Amino acid sequence: MMTIACPWCGARPENEFHCGGTSHIQRPPLDCSDATWGDYLFVRANPCGLHAERWRHSYGCGQWFNLLRDTGTHEIKAVYAMTAPMPEPAPEAGP
Amino acid sequence: MRADKQGLYIAACHNDFAAYPRQARDGTLLMNHMAKRTRYSAWNLLAASPSHADWAPVWLDAEPKSRYDVVIIGGGGHGLATAYYLAKNHGMTNIAVLDKGWIGGGNTGRNTTIVRSNYLYPESARLYDFSVKLYEDLSRELNFNIMFSQRGLITLAHTRHDLDNISRWANAMRFNGIDAEILDAEKVRELAPRLNFDSGARFPILGGFTQRRAGSVRHDAVAWGYARGASRLGVDIIQNCAVTGFIRQGERVVGVHTNRGGVAGEIRADKVAAAVAGHSSQIAAMAGFRLPVTSYALQAMVSEPVKPVLDTVVLSPAVGAYWSQSGKGEVVIGGGLDLFPSYAQRGSFATSQMVLAATAEMFPSFGRLRLMRQWAGIVDVVQDSGPIIGATPAPGLYLNCGWGTGGFKAIPVGGWTLAHLLATGRNHELAEPFQLARFHTGRLIDEAAAAGIAH
Amino acid sequence: MSGYRLPPPHGAWLDRSQPVRFSFNGQSIEGFAGDTVAAALLAQGLMHIGRSYKLHRPRGIFSCGVEEPTGLLDIGLGPLRTPDTRATDILARDGLVCASGNCWPSLNFDLAAVNQKLAAFLPAGFYYKTFMWPHWHLFEPLIRRLAGLGTAGDGPDPERYDEVSVNTEVLVVGAGLAGMQAAVSAAGAGRQVMLLEADVQPGGWAASQTLRPGSEAAARLAAARCDLARAGVEVQARTTVVALYDHQLATAIESLEGAAAPGRIRERLWKIRARQIILATGSFERPMLFPDNDRPGVMLAGAVERYATHYGVACGERVVISAACDSAYGVAQSLVAAGIEVAAIVERRPERELGGEAQAPHGVPVLHSSVLVGIAGKRAVRGVQVAGVGGGALQAIKADLVASAGGCTPNVSLYSQAGGSLRWLDAESMFVPERLLPGVAVVGACAGVFDLEAALTHAGQVGRSAPGGLMPTAPVGGTGWVPADNQPTLAALSALSTRGGKPGKQFVDLQNDVTASDVELAARENYRSVEHLKRYTTIGMASDQGKTSNINALVLMGKATERRPDQVGSTKFRPPFKPVTINALAGGRSGERYRPLKRLSARDFHHARGALFEEFGGWERPAAYPLPGEGLIAAAERESAEVRRGVGLFDNSPLGKIEVYGPDAAAFLDLMYVGTMSTLAVGSARYGVLLNENGIVMDDGIVARLAPHHFWVNTTSGGVERVASAFEEWLQCEYVDLRVFIVPVTSQWGNVTVAGPNAWRLLDQLGFDAAMAPARMKHMTLRESTYAGQPIRVLRASFNGELGYEINLPASQTETLLARLWEAGQDLEICAYGVEALMIMRIEKGFIHVGADTDGTTLPGDVGLARGVDKKPANFVGRRSLTRPAGKDPERMQLVGLQAVDSRTRLAVGAHLSLRPPPTQAEGWVTSSCFSPALQQPIALAMLKRGTQRIGERLSAWHLGTSIAVEVVKTPFFDPTGERLHG
Repeated sequence: MMTIACPWCGARPENEFHCGGTSHIQRPPLDCSDATWGDYLFVRANPCGLHAERWRHSYGCGQWFNLLRDTGTHEIKAVYAMTAPMPEPAPEAGP
Repeated sequence: MRADKQGLYIAACHNDFAAYPRQARDGTLLMNHMAKRTRYSAWNLLAASPSHADWAPVWLDAEPKSRYDVVIIGGGGHGLATAYYLAKNHGMTNIAVLDKGWIGGGNTGRNTTIVRSNYLYPESARLYDFSVKLYEDLSRELNFNIMFSQRGLITLAHTRHDLDNISRWANAMRFNGIDAEILDAEKVRELAPRLNFDSGARFPILGGFTQRRAGSVRHDAVAWGYARGASRLGVDIIQNCAVTGFIRQGERVVGVHTNRGGVAGEIRADKVAAAVAGHSSQIAAMAGFRLPVTSYALQAMVSEPVKPVLDTVVLSPAVGAYWSQSGKGEVVIGGGLDLFPSYAQRGSFATSQMVLAATAEMFPSFGRLRLMRQWAGIVDVVQDSGPIIGATPAPGLYLNCGWGTGGFKAIPVGGWTLAHLLATGRNHELAEPFQLARFHTGRLIDEAAAAGIAH
Repeated sequence: MSGYRLPPPHGAWLDRSQPVRFSFNGQSIEGFAGDTVAAALLAQGLMHIGRSYKLHRPRGIFSCGVEEPTGLLDIGLGPLRTPDTRATDILARDGLVCASGNCWPSLNFDLAAVNQKLAAFLPAGFYYKTFMWPHWHLFEPLIRRLAGLGTAGDGPDPERYDEVSVNTEVLVVGAGLAGMQAAVSAAGAGRQVMLLEADVQPGGWAASQTLRPGSEAAARLAAARCDLARAGVEVQARTTVVALYDHQLATAIESLEGAAAPGRIRERLWKIRARQIILATGSFERPMLFPDNDRPGVMLAGAVERYATHYGVACGERVVISAACDSAYGVAQSLVAAGIEVAAIVERRPERELGGEAQAPHGVPVLHSSVLVGIAGKRAVRGVQVAGVGGGALQAIKADLVASAGGCTPNVSLYSQAGGSLRWLDAESMFVPERLLPGVAVVGACAGVFDLEAALTHAGQVGRSAPGGLMPTAPVGGTGWVPADNQPTLAALSALSTRGGKPGKQFVDLQNDVTASDVELAARENYRSVEHLKRYTTIGMASDQGKTSNINALVLMGKATERRPDQVGSTKFRPPFKPVTINALAGGRSGERYRPLKRLSARDFHHARGALFEEFGGWERPAAYPLPGEGLIAAAERESAEVRRGVGLFDNSPLGKIEVYGPDAAAFLDLMYVGTMSTLAVGSARYGVLLNENGIVMDDGIVARLAPHHFWVNTTSGGVERVASAFEEWLQCEYVDLRVFIVPVTSQWGNVTVAGPNAWRLLDQLGFDAAMAPARMKHMTLRESTYAGQPIRVLRASFNGELGYEINLPASQTETLLARLWEAGQDLEICAYGVEALMIMRIEKGFIHVGADTDGTTLPGDVGLARGVDKKPANFVGRRSLTRPAGKDPERMQLVGLQAVDSRTRLAVGAHLSLRPPPTQAEGWVTSSCFSPALQQPIALAMLKRGTQRIGERLSAWHLGTSIAVEVVKTPFFDPTGERLHG
């Protein structure tokens, strides 16, 4: 079970949070093609390694934020605001 | 070597010694020229006793050739079954199955071994029931006892709304031509007396429905049985060989690079297929496209072995867990996903604890059993929990993935339909609805919307 | 009888002043407080205590700890029975009832022991090769009965379990010398330290060295305990760390068993988060392989020593030590010091390979380059046969105990769980941790450091290092040379055959009955990777998790395939480190604490009216209020009729309630709903449907505008959390510029619905604001007002087609209002109605119930909301998904009404519609069904392909083999013009 550093509440156990999946996905306009819409809904990079994803502190402050997390090791490389751009991960940033 | 009818009889088992069809290329001690005992039967077990010195290798480890008709990435159940059916149904034998580790080491060996076809929609019902039927005959087909234990699967109802749902479910199954039986609480109690029948329980048992043909299978045996069958038919099984990229000719995939390195690591093929479950996205990334797949860890766990306590499979969608007892006596417990993307085969304690609390709640007398082992597999989850069996945006590359939490039960049909596509160039009719295009058209076959639980 | 109790001072952990008495297979056993069950059994001379899994061979106690493979007992009776309990891991106490598991009818006369005769036909994996003809199903029942070890308890466990969460800077696992040193050093460096010890006292390996003359470890133990006490380290005994998870979460189980008090907690789950975990989990002893090495009376050498030092138990009178490592000699010293006769040390290594510390006690013969080739005795050891590794003459030695010392196996389970990989040390024949993990360090024997000085220095350095930082590397080694292969040579075994003897089986996994020849068979059959070996032979898959068998298995497989053990591979260790009860891991979260239901604040009111409570979407609610002798459905039918005749009271408090504030609230709701909310006038309300981005109907409800920037959003009671979460997600992640606050207020506001022709009359009598009279307050409007000094929000709306007022009020006031209304309504034909009556009335009106009439595939067009979509040109969540080919498919299911042609038969929900009998393609299914008291006939709703174009068509509804002719009809069934809304 991971420990996640909520930007508002500090380090809390994983089960207080909800993972909302890949972050930084652009919602296409209504007049996009079926293929573009389908890709937006379902298609993901799903990397084994660094993954920018959004989480919500559901049983806490209720705020959404972004994590840069390694899906292979579960190491969290960065925590950043919902509207912030994806940071460059420091090579040896601890959890 | 087919498991023909004659071979079933002990009396017909004199011709049990067969020289291997090919001499293996790696020259290990397995590859001597001695005649080996190959056929499995009680008679042969007796005849081999007490030394059991002349049993043949179950499959041969091959060194990769430079070219194959088909290269299959992934030596799990689906990959091995694909190879077996390519050889058996379509006469294609110039085939290699590559596994980055050891065969059957992924989800094939990390699941809760449930086999069932209690699906709601005709498309999935047809697909999975075909699989159950193949399973029913697989031990004899492969001459390898996979121990398909058809002791039924009960889905519990805890509210009147649940009762309505199972009524819909059972009727849908009957329309799909699959056995389904509604059970009242008393009948559930007869089949699984250790469930919590306290009327004041948080999840009281009002009834359920069962598919009697459902059950569990010895999972490793499925991989080994298919490997043995495929190897006998001339398929090359290559372990410890990881694919690192694709050889392209223009757009077309014409082979794979492997970690064997250099020219030796290049294997050319007319067609390449991948059956790598939770790692499908990585294969797709190597080929330059993305999939509607997210990889999650799915946990399972077993208790210490005890004398019989549960004679069927029980599923409670409401508590999000299901239970069976293995042939060894372990209570096998499955639950839901760790709900964040993961490639770590570990699993979170938050999920384990919920599943164990559900176990103690639903089977109060299991509380003092000890948990012996917990593990996780990486599953390839798509929106509608339906598979993807078909061509990809990269010509020459074919996929069998997206089975999510329920790929084990589909191994025979996954192999059968992918082999059909690879051999004929056309989708098998059972696989037709399960193409990548559905994520664009919206024609999802959303069993998840009805079933609501992973298994 | 061979084992016996040594006199004091032997037995440092015993309290000889407190005798305990318990029963084993009906026999009374006496021991002392501090004894494990195993120690007490051994002290009483009991060697044969169980039967093995497959072959039902007699088995005894093999070890003195958590690694025990064979000494498994069912402890306790009835619901308290705990099967497969390691006798070495449970304290003896008065009144304990223990029984051997896997045997019938008794331990000594076990019918399934016939398997021993069949052993030749039962090699590893025999079941894969047979039981196929005529069919597996024929064999399965018998095999299932034979499988399993112990017997589960027979009812709910009455004992209690608990859970604790703690944070610490440093967690040290294992209070041996290295662990204590690391803990003391860390505390000395100013850190908060927690030290967990699985045993009842700290000490670890050093505590069993106390009999060895001049033992450095024993000498240091007392000092280390003092240091520990002074350093302020929190020490927790009887607490076993069973798993390590991500980000340095350790879970541990504390055993409180034996602390006999009613209502006591039996086991406690600890969740410990540490910045640095230091593993000091020691090592296990590796057993020697030799024929019949499974006989009761063959034990691990270190265990024999430990029984003497800790429990004052001599496990035998005359011991032969089978050795391939230097540690055997220390054991011999201890045993001689305790007055136990050591008949010989049978040393597999030649004399020149022995380390300097390998000094046999005076008078004990050492047979170098020799191995055991046979054991005399079946249920107890009577003697051994010894041969030279190069062959030669056979020598028989009388003995009642064999102590087996084949080297050490670092206990790397937790390290491996944390993701650590292992490397093989050729000289010591052991796997040690390969690399340092962030936040998880290893010290002492578990790190592969067996030299005492080196271990303590290293542990001290690790303890002083900054948590989470770089750790010093471990100076591994120090056991002396240990041969990997410790099987008897073929030459030695042939010495046996010259005497006409046949070597017995060499057991590798004692619990699962896996032998050396099984490993060889696996190699022959190409199950050569460690995982194949494990799965095929079941080696290491038993409840001891291979603690004493894994290394021997790897060595044997390597030998058979000409590879080093590490080329075979090492298995990944899985949690838990030792089997622990499901209840302990659940931490008391079952029973009353299992997902508790939400309760209504007016529960007592409903109870007094005779409510039948059921669960609806996580709430405990009245399903109906049956009169004496009345069933649920009959009650609901009566209630619905009464509502339509007079007035009904419905506690609708679970209704989802969300307040949406802000200058952009209207724009936001327009994005969320299929309907347009920005055009609502203040005080008006509108029905709306919510979709997810895939276009699926997710929830529905009424939205009212309280002020230009303030909306009152109602959702279904089961859907409110989902809706509020979705709102937040859209707001925080997509529409980040919108100025909106979302406040879920479901539990703050109660909701009392008053519905029926007399609804206003009732409210009027109670003095509600006259502006709420139906003539003055329009349907689908909301008024904020006060009643009895409390703020109320009254929505005129109807879920059942009658004149209806939803009175929202502070939750604490719900019961009072219900009671007043009830009293005042006695003359107005008032009734209380439950969820079931509401369902009947909404079906009569053809209103959808999300989750019953819809599922995870339903688009708004399928349930008659196509017009709302078409009318709204603007963007909203899910809109784009509706225009995909699947959304425009003319064959889609649509919601319609159904009636049985005979007007008498009630349709089953879930019945499927078609013209032909199944199996065939279904045309649709019944989603809701009831008997309508208003129409005096059964009615139903159904999803049907092209349904709205098929009004008047006839089909069959099939339910479990029966069929009923039905006609597709329009909805609503009742009051199609909606006149009753006005009272």
